[in-house]
Amino acid sequence: MLRRRKPEKKPEQETPPPALASVSVPASTTRPARWSCVDTCCWLIGWICVSWWVLLFLYHAAPASLTQQVTEAVTEAITGPMPDPPGSRLRKEGVTARHPVVFVPGIVTGGLELWEGRPCAEGLFRKRLWGGTFGEVYKRPSCWMEHMSLDNETGLDPPGIRVRPVSGLVAADYFAAGYFVWAVLIANLARIGYEEKTMYMASYDWRISFQNTEARDQTLSRIKSNIELMVATNGGKKAVVIPHSMGVLYFLHFMKWVEAPSPMGGGGGSDWCARHIKAVMNIGGPFLGVPKAVAGLFSAEAKDVAVARAIAPGVLDSDLFGLQTLLHIMHLSRTWDSTMSMIPKGGDIIWGGLDWSPEEGYDCNDKSKTDNVPHASEDFQARVDNFHLNKVNYGRIISFGKDIAETASSNIERIDFRDAVKGNNFAHLNASCHDIWTEYHEMGWGGIKAVADYKSYTASDFLDLLHFVAPKMMQRGDAQFSYGIADDLDDPKYKHYKYWSNPLETKLPNAPDMEIYALYGVGIPTERAYVYKLAQPAECYIPFQIDTSAKGGNENSCLKSGVYTVDGDETVPVLSAGFMCAKGWRGKTRFNPSGIKTFIREYDHAPPANFLEGRGTQSGAHVDIMGNFALIEDILRVAAGATGEDLGGDRVYSNIFTWSEKINLQL
Amino acid sequence: MPLLLRLRKLLFSQPSLHYTPTITHINEHQQHHKSLTTTKKNNNNKKKKLSWRSCIDCYCWFVGYLCTTWWLLLLLYTALPSALPVLESPGHRLKHEGLHAHHPVVLVPGIVTGALELWEGRPCAHGLFRQRLWGGSFSEILKRPLCWLEHMSLDNETGMDPPGIRVRPIPGLVAADYFTPGYFVWAVLIENLARIGYEDKNLHMATYDWRLSFHNTEVRDQSLSILKSRIELMVRTNGDRKVVVVPHSMGVLYFLHFMKWVEAPAPFGSGGGPDWCAKHIKAIINIGPAFLGVPKAVTSVFSAETKDVAFARAVFPGLLNSNLLGFQTLPHILRIARTWDSMISLLPKGGETIWGNIDWSPEGVYHCDLAKRKLIAPLFDDKAFSSNRSDGRIGFRIEETTNYGRMISFSSPSAKLSTCGSKEHVKSTQTIPMKSSACRETWTKFNDMNEDQIRSVAENKVYTARTVHDLLRFVAPKLMQRANAHFSYGIADDLDDPKYSHYKYWSNPLETKLPDAPEMEIYCYYGVGIPTERSYVYKLSQSSKCNNIPFQIDSSVDGNERDCLRGGVYFVDGDESVPSISAGFMCAKGWRGKTRFNPSGLPTYVREYWHRPPSNLLGGRGKESGAHVDILGNAAIIEDIMRVAAGANADEIGGDQILSDIMKISEHIKLHL
Repeated sequence: MLRRRKPEKKPEQETPPPALASVSVPASTTRPARWSCVDTCCWLIGWICVSWWVLLFLYHAAPASLTQQVTEAVTEAITGPMPDPPGSRLRKEGVTARHPVVFVPGIVTGGLELWEGRPCAEGLFRKRLWGGTFGEVYKRPSCWMEHMSLDNETGLDPPGIRVRPVSGLVAADYFAAGYFVWAVLIANLARIGYEEKTMYMASYDWRISFQNTEARDQTLSRIKSNIELMVATNGGKKAVVIPHSMGVLYFLHFMKWVEAPSPMGGGGGSDWCARHIKAVMNIGGPFLGVPKAVAGLFSAEAKDVAVARAIAPGVLDSDLFGLQTLLHIMHLSRTWDSTMSMIPKGGDIIWGGLDWSPEEGYDCNDKSKTDNVPHASEDFQARVDNFHLNKVNYGRIISFGKDIAETASSNIERIDFRDAVKGNNFAHLNASCHDIWTEYHEMGWGGIKAVADYKSYTASDFLDLLHFVAPKMMQRGDAQFSYGIADDLDDPKYKHYKYWSNPLETKLPNAPDMEIYALYGVGIPTERAYVYKLAQPAECYIPFQIDTSAKGGNENSCLKSGVYTVDGDETVPVLSAGFMCAKGWRGKTRFNPSGIKTFIREYDHAPPANFLEGRGTQSGAHVDIMGNFALIEDILRVAAGATGEDLGGDRVYSNIFTWSEKINLQL
Repeated sequence: MPLLLRLRKLLFSQPSLHYTPTITHINEHQQHHKSLTTTKKNNNNKKKKLSWRSCIDCYCWFVGYLCTTWWLLLLLYTALPSALPVLESPGHRLKHEGLHAHHPVVLVPGIVTGALELWEGRPCAHGLFRQRLWGGSFSEILKRPLCWLEHMSLDNETGMDPPGIRVRPIPGLVAADYFTPGYFVWAVLIENLARIGYEDKNLHMATYDWRLSFHNTEVRDQSLSILKSRIELMVRTNGDRKVVVVPHSMGVLYFLHFMKWVEAPAPFGSGGGPDWCAKHIKAIINIGPAFLGVPKAVTSVFSAETKDVAFARAVFPGLLNSNLLGFQTLPHILRIARTWDSMISLLPKGGETIWGNIDWSPEGVYHCDLAKRKLIAPLFDDKAFSSNRSDGRIGFRIEETTNYGRMISFSSPSAKLSTCGSKEHVKSTQTIPMKSSACRETWTKFNDMNEDQIRSVAENKVYTARTVHDLLRFVAPKLMQRANAHFSYGIADDLDDPKYSHYKYWSNPLETKLPDAPEMEIYCYYGVGIPTERSYVYKLSQSSKCNNIPFQIDSSVDGNERDCLRGGVYFVDGDESVPSISAGFMCAKGWRGKTRFNPSGLPTYVREYWHRPPSNLLGGRGKESGAHVDILGNAAIIEDIMRVAAGANADEIGGDQILSDIMKISEHIKLHL
């Protein structure tokens, strides 16, 4: 608008200058003296604007290919030759689109838009509240919070507010501007011939529980209908499904739903999956949950979940706003049922007890071995020492104090908290605390003390802990999700939808030709267990905090700032991502009665070499792996018709098989 | 705004006030004192340099000033609470009345309003992957026009994508809510529907590639299958409530095609069975329907001179009319328009029976002044049109018929002319392509014609709706060849003839039967009260440069003030694009009651909306507009759609609402029913 106006006005103003120019010749030398400050200011702005426009104009006027070439040349000069994107390479090899592809995005990556809101959200109709620029978070934060949170009784929209998932590929191609999620994969698929009719983004409202997406939006029905349509219009070629992160659980739920009979399920018949799905390629799948969800639900302190990073970079850590922001986030995320789908499943059998854990003996400094080969021998000695020093008790997901985390279990005196009286409501009259619903203000000092006195929590204890500190939330959670291990899978109770997203309580569909892949990154320290402390009492606060002062003995220790890390993709530990495909479903087991083939493909993390590479083409991080060329190539080949054997079967860098061996699960 | 301008001028003049001669003198003196050694030559040089610099300085100052004021105003504007009185939208009102989303709604956009994006392109389109080529800001046209043209045009043999290029429609509501930023198409309707509870799950935009012929959208993109599957899903997940379909403009024809396709047996159709429509569709609300085609399509194919189609306006504002670029732009438009099969679907259908012949037309006694008077009389004291009234001739009517039937005439209207047998020149001399390389770059078909042929076209003087097809076949044989494989323009004598099961007849309401769904309702909603192109006076263009189109609308021909002839175009009542005869005839007569086109007797309703231009600039495109696209923001039409979607039937919204002469005009048409 502004730019367009300028040329129109110019001729009108061209008239004064001739006269002016002749008179003001020498005057310009003394301009500063007589031009007022405002004038100078205007002059400066004008100067900047004009030069900016000229540059912009030149940039746009130059043929597009030229600017492209220049930027490419510059990048190449700095980083060396760029690798060909896998799409172009495979196309030259003759790989073309064959099977229709379905994407299932994970938590937080899908866009949400407003369809109906309170007066404060005027003008935001069909604008993104989640995803995109997040501009509204800054402009009207409380309004935004109000619209993003759900009703804490029903787990559905509060009355008068309708926030709905964006549909189509745009829903999750980019999370925020420039931060790709699926875009790179989509672009590469397009290179071998995919387009809108053969690609489908199964976007859903990731805040609500899986069954509620069907109840409210009929999302599961839509996915079913779309897959059926794509299979029908592509000559009966079955679909390749690519879920990411929580989408993995969502798609497990979908597979059970679609074959279940009509009132609760989709009524597709017991061979629906066999007829419509060629392969499920799970990327970074938290099959068995993520420990990060523990910290997230317990104290809102999952330090690096995308939520916190995207919404409030830096603000979270600042002392000034720290308390308030965290409380708000807790309020928000506790109304989201979906976060409860990520609570670690399988209890002590999978995640380890007080004294053992499957990952026992993992050396956190493993990476340095490969990095610094010359020092290997010295390093080795150090690591041997470490091994005895730091036998990490990963099984204790939460310990109160570093000592508790490290000492032998016989030394821990636990006082059961389950029957503890919660004590007086210590924040009973504080209105501001009541606004923020975290349930902690209903707990009282007695309750907090009881929690801390139990000292150490394993995966099974943790569920009880959550029931204790957040009973309302877990009431909703129990209706939608389950975290146990089934003794008898034929028990009719497992027909209920709350078991459908737990791989340890469901059977895979009867589809022997289907393939299941677990694709995930390794080589990044990933949160696995936490050291907690009681927070300083304040007027209205979260009573538990990660004890960031807890550090391991030396720099090679797995304990850093109160968090024990293990191998993984920064969010999902290897155990959760790989166990089902490595052991739980491998061959014919009771969880996989028809013997669906499973494959594990790991991608070793290599950080981008420099800033220009952006998020790297060999990353193994949870979201950045979507731009990993090796992973994209695998997906493209499967989509074009290859099988797991064609790809080369398993590709393993971590100790997933040894760790799986240690898990004593009846199969 | 004027205040701002004055203020700026005032402030601008201030710095020049400081440069009084005395000061400059002193200055010069000082300089002389300080630098005695400088020669006069040097001084002169310096002066020139300085004047140049000060000019730049002033300019910068001026721009900076402009920017700052602008920003300040913008800041103030955004800082102000948005307490401006907002007119209550129909959605708001109806929500208070207690209306709720009941039937799922399907929107079918028309030609040019749907966005297209690039999926695969030539090297010149690098970096445009999944960017909009059509719709949005159209910035690529300015940046790389030739590349853009290459990607937007289709193969002129097959009517499909050229090899190596894939341009695809965008799915979802975003495809056609806004055409360009700020230019709404469906957005207002969507927003109002949302207020009574519609959302993504019960509101679907049936996007398709509007450049392709209807059948090809299924062949290439499976658009019809997707639409069928979506409708079935929405009916199933919304408690078996049937859908309300809202097609607009060409979408009307597309949906006619869909209804035949969905019930047709498998090889050509989808095999949905003869009761698919009865089971899934509650009502079709056709907005600005181009059932019988639009005369504008003839000229756009013939000489690319559709003065006011939405796309030309949006894409090349002003550019078209400029003499400098004109003869470059038009052939390019003509070239890409001729590769789009869908343009052909809009050619007038029904021939002389509907559109009139040389001496007769159904609108015969239509008075352009009358239309205007009707329009303004109830509204204002016709200040805007006082020029028409002041001459005092308004009451005085001459019963003189206009020759609307002569769709294209190569002469002034007064001249007596001979009828034509256009077939003769179709067979005339073999084509002698001009060998100019520059000409061949722009493919317009006219290059293949020689002078004699061009002259023979003009000598034929007059073309009616029937013979115009022969004309087009003569000037654009390839286009019409493709067209004849996909569309038909006739009137069926016997609808049970097995040949009518071919898909090319499906989008012609005069050659198909409506589905057997007695409960389904068909509405025709359209605007009236705007002069709409109906027939044209042509001339041969003077210059014979190679890239020129040899025919031009003779814009010098004007009738007298009462006449409907202006700038070489005869106008008739309509919504600016579609004459009311095309929009209303089927609902008013062709399908009314049980006819052979409507064997099961579907109820049809005509609802017309008078065009009232927005009262001032702030009104935007108006809430009472009747113009072809702007009508989608018309509050009355939105309310009617919402009531039907919420479950009302035609009687509850008031049945027919007829404001034009459509009933009389339909009477004139002698069509066997």
